[in-house]
Amino acid sequence: MKHHLDFEKPIIELQNKLAELKKHPEAHSLDISFAEEVALIEKKLEETKRQIFLNLSAWDRIKIARHPKRPFTLDYIRHAFSDFSELHGDRLFAEDRAVVGGFACLGPHKVMVIGTQKGRDTKENILRNFGSAHPEGYRKALRLMKLANKFGLPIISLIDTAGAYPGIGAEERHIAEAIAVNLREMMLLEVPIIAAVIGEGGSGGALGIGVANRVLILENAYYSVISPEGCAAILWKDRAAAAKAAQALKITARDLLALGLVDEVVPEPLGGAHTDPETCAETLKAALLKHLEEILAWSPAERLKQRYEKFRRFGHYLEKRPTTGEAVEAQSPKT
Amino acid sequence: MSTTSFTKKTLGLETTEPALTPPPAAPPVSSFNKKPKLAAKPKKREIPEGLWTKCPKCGTMVFDKELDENLKVCLQCEHHFPISARERIHSLVETCTFEEMDADMTSVDVLQFTGVASYTSKLQDYQRATGLKDAVITGICRMGPHRVALGVMDFSFLGGSMGSVVGEKLTRLIERATEKTLPLIIISTSGGARMYEGMFSLMQMAKTCAALAYHAQARLPYISVLTHPTTAGVMASYASVGDLIIAEPGAMIGFAGPRVIKDTTQAELPPGFQTAEFLLDHGLIDAIISRNQMKAQLIKYLDYLTGGQKAAAGL
Ligand SMILES: [Zn+2]
Repeated sequence: MKHHLDFEKPIIELQNKLAELKKHPEAHSLDISFAEEVALIEKKLEETKRQIFLNLSAWDRIKIARHPKRPFTLDYIRHAFSDFSELHGDRLFAEDRAVVGGFACLGPHKVMVIGTQKGRDTKENILRNFGSAHPEGYRKALRLMKLANKFGLPIISLIDTAGAYPGIGAEERHIAEAIAVNLREMMLLEVPIIAAVIGEGGSGGALGIGVANRVLILENAYYSVISPEGCAAILWKDRAAAAKAAQALKITARDLLALGLVDEVVPEPLGGAHTDPETCAETLKAALLKHLEEILAWSPAERLKQRYEKFRRFGHYLEKRPTTGEAVEAQSPKT
Repeated sequence: MSTTSFTKKTLGLETTEPALTPPPAAPPVSSFNKKPKLAAKPKKREIPEGLWTKCPKCGTMVFDKELDENLKVCLQCEHHFPISARERIHSLVETCTFEEMDADMTSVDVLQFTGVASYTSKLQDYQRATGLKDAVITGICRMGPHRVALGVMDFSFLGGSMGSVVGEKLTRLIERATEKTLPLIIISTSGGARMYEGMFSLMQMAKTCAALAYHAQARLPYISVLTHPTTAGVMASYASVGDLIIAEPGAMIGFAGPRVIKDTTQAELPPGFQTAEFLLDHGLIDAIISRNQMKAQLIKYLDYLTGGQKAAAGL
């Protein structure tokens, strides 16, 4: 019953009303039957949900993306994958539990699945460091990805992090370098790589496991260069302006698709992934399989070329044509 | 030198954002708010002669002309003042050998960023005040006997932040270096990704590193030079993956801003945290080189990096 978001209130009220009525069937309205009234409320509930979720602001969606009951990486590994064998450690310093990874099956395919992992309660959040990885997490992810590359296993990367961890140890062990090396090395892996942002796509910490042939995003997830709060603090001098910043940054799944920054928006159950994690996992599984099977058909050289060109074309700028001196807006051609 | 002088003075970052240290919210030069007069560059040399600058580290009053002649390094204490990209290029390359690439490329407000001020007006203000089109200058040049692909960032343009132009110019430079089998040097100074360009700015990290992957695969040398300050998205991409990583003395270098780290961890930061010297002690940096020695040292590194068996084999 806890963890309701403010815009969910009308839905919760209707759900309560329905539950109440079912508990006390004798209390139904006098002019219609019990069954009719239930049907009526159920219809109203669906309409209300649809209405609310159709008109969510960017900030509302970020609240869903951060919902404490939202399915996390291990939930998707449980529901969309089978036969998970977790592998640990970066072989350099430590085991970072903000990143999970291991062998698993996606449908008929043996793959390496990695992802950032948040905790459900305080205890688990301490273990998972709230899903914010240290350098060891990125190095472990790269170790597993290189292992996958060596033995021909496709890589599925699930992204859900507010960002890489801003801590003293993280800096002392060069978190920026760990991320940068991943960006470079992921570009040279010959196996298919598919990334999916399932919750929060927090800046470099997300991109650090996000260099892929296809980048998918769940409907209510976001992917941003900076948190809306951080952006608000800098540009508006007020963290409370986060909703405005969220809007301005264009970080919702639909915005990112419109800008060509992601390849597909994976729909969530009406009401958000947290209302029906299993259905959401099924949908994600189908989307992952579709892209995986497509890319599996390509040669390693084609996979490398497509991945390079995909990231190569990101950017908008003006260039002067040397002949006319006229400025033209350019973006590298789509591939 | 105290860390506070770095964190507060030059970075000027009020942020609390982990993954990205932002550019200063306000232009660094006071004359910005009044409409800048023509290409007014509030540089000291345009102000009447005989001006002195107080060194923030040792407190000595340094004659500006001497400071300029010494590449903006304090003659008393070796404090490295900020230096523009043009001045730096001048200090590194052989005269008249710098062939600039993409000199006219400029940023566009692709998101139509609706913040407190429009991105377009910010760009115009900075272009007027700095005489730069954006935060990086790239080109092919000669340094000693070596032909080199050189990229130099300038912090005075929107805090050296990386948007599509910085990413594209550097990527073209790296691709050109790979194509022409040239060594690459990038001299960084940046507050991180340029948030006005949203996810397009984040993607420049992947784009530049992608180009570097193929430059490295071709066994061509890349020297990354970190200058004050180099942080966040730039540090978490091309600046961190050099065959050699060199820093200027006292440069602030890191991923997250010190205030963010303090707020997150509620811990005291160790002395010298996130300085070049600290990172040398922690194993990231190959060498700290004074600006006055930089050119000679870079040429020496290139002698070694291009003088091995591979070069002998005529590759
Ligand atoms: Zn001094």
